[in-house]
Amino acid sequence: MIQENMQLLWYFGIFAILLFITGFYCILASFNMVRALIGLEILIKAATLLIILAGYIVGKTALAQAIVITLIVIEIVVMVVAGGVILWAFRHNDTIDPRNLSNMKG
Amino acid sequence: MPSLFILVPLLLIVILNLPMKRLRGNIALFTALVLCIVQSLLSLIYLLFKSVHFDPVVPFFTFALSIDRLTLILLCTIGIVSFASLLVAHSTIVNPRQKFIFINLLLIALIGMNTIVLVTDLFSLYVFIEITAVASFVLIAIDKDLHAIEGTFKYLMLSSVATVFMLSSIAFFILVAGGTSFSDVHNSFSGTSDNPFTKIAAGLFLCGLLIKSGLVPFHGWLPDAYSAAPGPVSVLLAGIVTKITGIYTLLRLSTSVFVLNESMQNMLMFIGALSIVLAALAAVTQSDFKRMLAYSSISQVGYIALALGCATPLALAGAVFHFFNHAIAKSLLFVNAASLEKRFATTDMNKLRSFGAKPLVTSVTSLIGFLSAAGMPPLAGFWSKLIIVIALFSAGKTIYASVALLATILTLTYFLSLQTKVFFCKAQTVQPTVSSLPAIAVAEIILAAIAVLIGVCFPFVAYIWFLPLKEILH
Amino acid sequence: MIMNLTLLVCLLLVAIWTVMTTRLIHAVIGLAITSVTLAIIMNHLNSPLAAVFELSVCAGLIPVIFITTVSFTQRISKKQLRVREKERFIKFWYLPVIIVVAGLLLALFTHAPQITVPPAGAEENVRNVLWNLRHIDLLGQVIVLLAGAFGVVVFFKESGK
Repeated sequence: MIQENMQLLWYFGIFAILLFITGFYCILASFNMVRALIGLEILIKAATLLIILAGYIVGKTALAQAIVITLIVIEIVVMVVAGGVILWAFRHNDTIDPRNLSNMKG
Repeated sequence: MPSLFILVPLLLIVILNLPMKRLRGNIALFTALVLCIVQSLLSLIYLLFKSVHFDPVVPFFTFALSIDRLTLILLCTIGIVSFASLLVAHSTIVNPRQKFIFINLLLIALIGMNTIVLVTDLFSLYVFIEITAVASFVLIAIDKDLHAIEGTFKYLMLSSVATVFMLSSIAFFILVAGGTSFSDVHNSFSGTSDNPFTKIAAGLFLCGLLIKSGLVPFHGWLPDAYSAAPGPVSVLLAGIVTKITGIYTLLRLSTSVFVLNESMQNMLMFIGALSIVLAALAAVTQSDFKRMLAYSSISQVGYIALALGCATPLALAGAVFHFFNHAIAKSLLFVNAASLEKRFATTDMNKLRSFGAKPLVTSVTSLIGFLSAAGMPPLAGFWSKLIIVIALFSAGKTIYASVALLATILTLTYFLSLQTKVFFCKAQTVQPTVSSLPAIAVAEIILAAIAVLIGVCFPFVAYIWFLPLKEILH
Repeated sequence: MIMNLTLLVCLLLVAIWTVMTTRLIHAVIGLAITSVTLAIIMNHLNSPLAAVFELSVCAGLIPVIFITTVSFTQRISKKQLRVREKERFIKFWYLPVIIVVAGLLLALFTHAPQITVPPAGAEENVRNVLWNLRHIDLLGQVIVLLAGAFGVVVFFKESGK
């Protein structure tokens, strides 16, 4: 039982790390602020996967689910605020290219 | 009793938002000011009179909170800096709707920061760090002008990446410790098996916190966010928000919860020293007042991180004291910047030079603020830097101690150049003298008075600052 | 076991497609499908409540927010869009390569570290944990929603300037 759990942990862990890499790549190599947000979403999903996995292995699924529910609420609010920021950036610059966000140098 | 610090501001927000016309405007400001004063005075009284007896007043909810002396010092600091920020907002923000939104968001950030210092669970810590972060995103962008939006976006992205690190670390802690409260996590460190996952988890969490506190090389968001934010928001951010969500959490976790081994402490010291030097060098080349202050903030937080990495009791005392002093001094400097920005509509130092005399209160208090931040006697900053340097020498880390000493000279360089450029310069033409805005002047005088008072009376009040350590190092 | 592996591979493939696709609307739909797959995985890991939440919010509400933002900010012409898509696709072929290489490297470490798992306590109810044990998280959720409400007022409310 423990051995099977270890195997499970290892496979999920590999996929979680690969998801992290995908998310970081998306943020770093995007020409578009909305895509950077999508990359952030993928990162948060990878973290959610890790939390639920940890809860399953230890047996405390209740704690893990409570954490994930709170996390999702916070994620909604951050996404809404980010959407607002992107909207106003577009209104100022008429583009949503994050490479244009270098008006302040130094 | 501790839950009152959280519930009373929440009640105030609810009351202020009831649909009654007269509540907007000055009544909102007045009640928020009273709340901040009450918070600082209450925590100060409890600190001085040593009676740390807290009976539960609110029997319906049972929050898992705890108070010790470090918490009380921080609650007092939060109250003072929020008070200064509210006074600056009164003078700077003209639109009454915007002022009302500012007051509400400041109250939310206040709730977030109060709970961060009171909480005893790793995940709740994360939740309230996020609350404070969301409130500060909206606060920076409250004006919606171009630079503010850019600063907010960079801050949002980097802060959320730090969040993801902290969440993964919480997942590892559930795996290793079976729970997320501070006691569970602490027990997992002192277990018998040498678990690689605990070290990975602690490292990930610290990585997230280093990004949030703005230490080099994770400081990319900080100068933009500080300089682009409107006046009162910069005071709040630089004075307390970045410090509580970043370096205070680092302090609390690395002393009571995580048990750091040698390599992590050395890495922390290295990052601290790097921040001190690189940020000071970057500050010398700046031409914008607020950006220079932002780099100076990174440098001073590097001092705190350096002392944290050293981890002897004297170094920790120095770190906590420097935290308080820097909060007061940096808030004072940003209040000065807000006053100049309001009067002359620019923060570029070359442009400010061509204007005539600056307001008298601003000039004098800025001198006090600079000297305190740079560490000149008899102001408060001198004592805290002295303690840190002595602690580093006595722990045997002479290289780091000499770096800290030499960086003081760099700090003095850029501060003095700023003083001569902006405040004490000869005008090209004779301009009429400008008076300060009254609310800002009150805030400046109070902050400067605290800096001077603590500096002069330090040998007598030393026992307040040294007592917290016995609590931390248990 | 096999089901879990299939679901995981599915999740990763959809995530890569989301990153690499050229049209933004497709990326948002890809995000929704990723959330659905994650919800199914969570259901398999004995976490049905979190799965339902994830499904309703991340596969429903968040794509709506994204599509709202995108619909306010799309302005470039079709031809420019085509050019940009082409240059994007050329740049993004690195990603699957990195993923495959990283996956192979990680799979070489087949010796999973032995950890001592603390003994499982009594199986608790999620409702019990959330409502009775973690009051402070509930308060946190309320406050963060309040902060979000103020954010919406600041950013999205059109008033007379």
